[in-house]
Amino acid sequence: MLLFLLAIATLLLGGGAAYLYRSSAKAATWVGAGTAVLGSVFGLVSAFQALAHGGTDGLRLAWSIPLGSFYIEIDPLTAFFMVPLFVLAPLAALYGGNYLYAYKEKKSLGPPWFLYNLLIAAIAMVFVARNGILFLMAWEIMALSAYFLVCFEHEKESVRKAGWAYLVASHIAFALLIVAFVLLGRGAGTLDFDQFPNAFSSRSIGWATGNTIWILAIIGFGLKAGFVPLHVWLPEAHPAAPSHVSAVMSGILIKTGLYGLLRLLTFDRTPAPWVGLTLAGLGLLTAFLGIAMALQQRDIKRVLAYSSIENMGLIAFSMGLGLWGMAQRLPEVALLGMTGALLHIWNHALMKGLLFLSAGSILHGTGTKDMERLGGLLRLMPFTGSTMILGSVALAALPPLNGFVSKWLMYMSLMKYSMATETAGSLMAHFGVGLLALIGGLSVVTFVRLTGIVLLGAPRDKTVTHVHESSKWMTGPMQLLALLCLVIAVIPQRTAGLFGGVLQQMIGWEGMHSSPEWEWPSASLEIAGAINAWTLLAVLTLAAVLWVRTRRFVGPQASTWGCGYVRPTVRMQYTGRSFVEMIAEHLLPRFLRPRTRREAPRGLFPAGKADFESQSPDPVDQKVYAPFFCYWADRFSRLRILQQGKVHVYLLYIMFTVVLALAWASIRTWFWGVS
Amino acid sequence: MDTLVHNSVHVVLALTLPPLLLGLIAKTKALFAGRKGPPLLQWYFDLIRLFQKGSVFSQTTTWVFRAGPVVGLVTAAMAILLIPMVNGIAPLSFTGDLIFLAYILGLGRFFTALAALDTGSSFEGMGAAREVTFACLAEPAFILGLMVLAKLSGSLKLATMLDGSLATHWSSSGASLVLVLLSWFIILLAENSRIPFDDPNTHLELTMIHEVMVLDHSGPALGMILYGAALKLFVFAALIVRLALPVNMGDPWLDWPLFIGGTLLVAMLVGVVESVMARLRLTHVPVLLIAACLLSAFGAILLVR
Repeated sequence: MLLFLLAIATLLLGGGAAYLYRSSAKAATWVGAGTAVLGSVFGLVSAFQALAHGGTDGLRLAWSIPLGSFYIEIDPLTAFFMVPLFVLAPLAALYGGNYLYAYKEKKSLGPPWFLYNLLIAAIAMVFVARNGILFLMAWEIMALSAYFLVCFEHEKESVRKAGWAYLVASHIAFALLIVAFVLLGRGAGTLDFDQFPNAFSSRSIGWATGNTIWILAIIGFGLKAGFVPLHVWLPEAHPAAPSHVSAVMSGILIKTGLYGLLRLLTFDRTPAPWVGLTLAGLGLLTAFLGIAMALQQRDIKRVLAYSSIENMGLIAFSMGLGLWGMAQRLPEVALLGMTGALLHIWNHALMKGLLFLSAGSILHGTGTKDMERLGGLLRLMPFTGSTMILGSVALAALPPLNGFVSKWLMYMSLMKYSMATETAGSLMAHFGVGLLALIGGLSVVTFVRLTGIVLLGAPRDKTVTHVHESSKWMTGPMQLLALLCLVIAVIPQRTAGLFGGVLQQMIGWEGMHSSPEWEWPSASLEIAGAINAWTLLAVLTLAAVLWVRTRRFVGPQASTWGCGYVRPTVRMQYTGRSFVEMIAEHLLPRFLRPRTRREAPRGLFPAGKADFESQSPDPVDQKVYAPFFCYWADRFSRLRILQQGKVHVYLLYIMFTVVLALAWASIRTWFWGVS
Repeated sequence: MDTLVHNSVHVVLALTLPPLLLGLIAKTKALFAGRKGPPLLQWYFDLIRLFQKGSVFSQTTTWVFRAGPVVGLVTAAMAILLIPMVNGIAPLSFTGDLIFLAYILGLGRFFTALAALDTGSSFEGMGAAREVTFACLAEPAFILGLMVLAKLSGSLKLATMLDGSLATHWSSSGASLVLVLLSWFIILLAENSRIPFDDPNTHLELTMIHEVMVLDHSGPALGMILYGAALKLFVFAALIVRLALPVNMGDPWLDWPLFIGGTLLVAMLVGVVESVMARLRLTHVPVLLIAACLLSAFGAILLVR
């Protein structure tokens, strides 16, 4: 615990110091990034200690805030989430030091470093908080610091809009969570988390309240996690932030939503069966919509943001399957599903962190993230390109990398469920497997397109010049993340071996831990690791043989064969848009298709101009939220008179509200004698 | 000792037989066209010749272009090790290997498509786009079919799913298995770029998927691609043989020849299909693949009811 407090103190003090040194870009960067790394190392050690020993370690201090107490605790679940946070955060900080330095002429670097360290500390506090008020405060600080980081380039209108969407979504989630905690607190009589499980088991939180809390939590935490249809802020906000912040946001920040759901599960060990089913169904829907949108995007960071939605969907699906397995008393299904979800949380943090850093490196090196202007970057940025290909294979869930292992567990869980049941359940599981396979196929398309168009071929736009490979400070963290992906791929059983404590917190019924199935996933994880290792070895061996064999035969270098056409140009290459033409325009459901406008050349000797335009706006945003918010914005515009833009008027409103609330409270006591 | 012998036969057969299937397809087609056709062993000659040549690499390409054939060959070879040929044994067999089979082939596809995009040629980009697009539909159909077998056998091991006990399921749930068999045959044609999906004998725009992706490969690299493609055909042929003829006589001297005969029969069947059908219009290809998905799905519905 002491180490953890030291980590938080280092982060906060370092962040403050970086703010004080804001006049010097160099000093702010060194102090900000340095303390982020140092604090994360302390945090990582404390998290690993807790994961390895499995015990809990708490600290409770008195606090003057009503109902609040400074109650923090590190248990296996907390430590489980702190590990990816404290792995990704320092690497992103090292990278960000160099990345942000490019803005030193335009902006002061003190505030972003202050906010970055604050963000890391706030996320860590969300994971350790064991009191409702403390949790919500940390949650809000986390949301606000992320908001200011998203708005780093606030002079761009698109960035301001993205930040606004993020802020609105965060606060809707916040409002729902307040209600959820009020309900929890009313049932338990306190807002300290350690009383909540009793409240559920002693039925002082009844059936109706319990289900209401779960609904509020699924919506509130789901907004953070980007579940469809609550995802619309995510593809706006994540690409707008500086890339090292995008990595932390996609890698960790959105997983606080999953953490919230899992934390609630430690209070209510036996949620109603609908919770598992809803999460599983919502997860599959999220995954499908996320990947279907990802493959249409032309901004490389937007591709990654939508792919994050897909992966959050997969994790939610797997979690839901685990819960459903628990409800149905199928230990294998429950264990495989939960282990798959947990492993995918770690995997996704590493893979998506890696890819956002690669995308940032490309943006840094070329000045654009529009894939239709890029191409051939693997020759110009060999380190960035190679790690990006590795990360893409991992994200497409292909062997021999770590993404495959967790996806494999999900498949196994669903297949085991299908085999264990009859009729409707089995059939649903069958089709779920088919849908997972479809999602897998679409993610292969997405990442072949992303890497193939951006990194391979020839540069599409001659105006993208001065392309250079990023410095070691940027490629180093990427290589380290790639290495970690490989390590998990080869020894997943060791990795998942750390999850024992978390699994016991999540799943459990009488005699569960002594049942023979309890050990089951470790054996299959060992197989997955071995098979990954063999695949890697086979590829490397054959490549080495071929290299030795053909070294003598290095033939003449020639240009790509143009099929007889003698003057091919780089503009004739397949583009990102044409790559998915068939899927996007013919195979996807109609509401997911891009909107196109084309003006074809007419006549035998066309002289007029031809024109083609294609847009892929988010269907949920376009069809649901935009009309809804436009309608209400129109209605609410009459309330503008209240909005004076003067601080003292707002203070007056607050005073009125407090007076009214107090009056209501005293009237209630007076008339009905309730307090 | 017995397993060792069995596995050795498996590996030797898996590495030597596949080009013969391609030769047999060509021979069948020639027979239908009233030609003499190339010798049955032509593919072996071609491969040997290609491995002795040098390679020309385009200036646009990177290491990915050279990795494509390597990964393609390794993944096809790993896939073959998973398929039981006789009597429910495979050299590489573990619970959940059916998913690994689908995904390892996906890895091969990933790098083949990347290698095609690496050349910067519009033709090869086109081929890559189509390959990954059609795979999106072929993969669910394939896995749904495997799920039917998994449900029937109560196992997630390919070797157990396709062992001799499948014969008893043919009498109880024959309808489901017929649907899966049909679906898999369509998948075999699609995954191996045969008519009616693609015409492997032509180049350029007539051949729209696989051949167009490998236009720039030459020498050993091309040899590896062709060999990998032959192995992949063998993977699917072996699956279909095990599904259609799940007999287990207990005598290796009968089982192995029966299996080999079965794969040759599948190759001839492919040749017949190629002879009597024309290539589909590109826009109709997804329809046929969706039909394969539906066949597998109906197989599941009939089974679960």
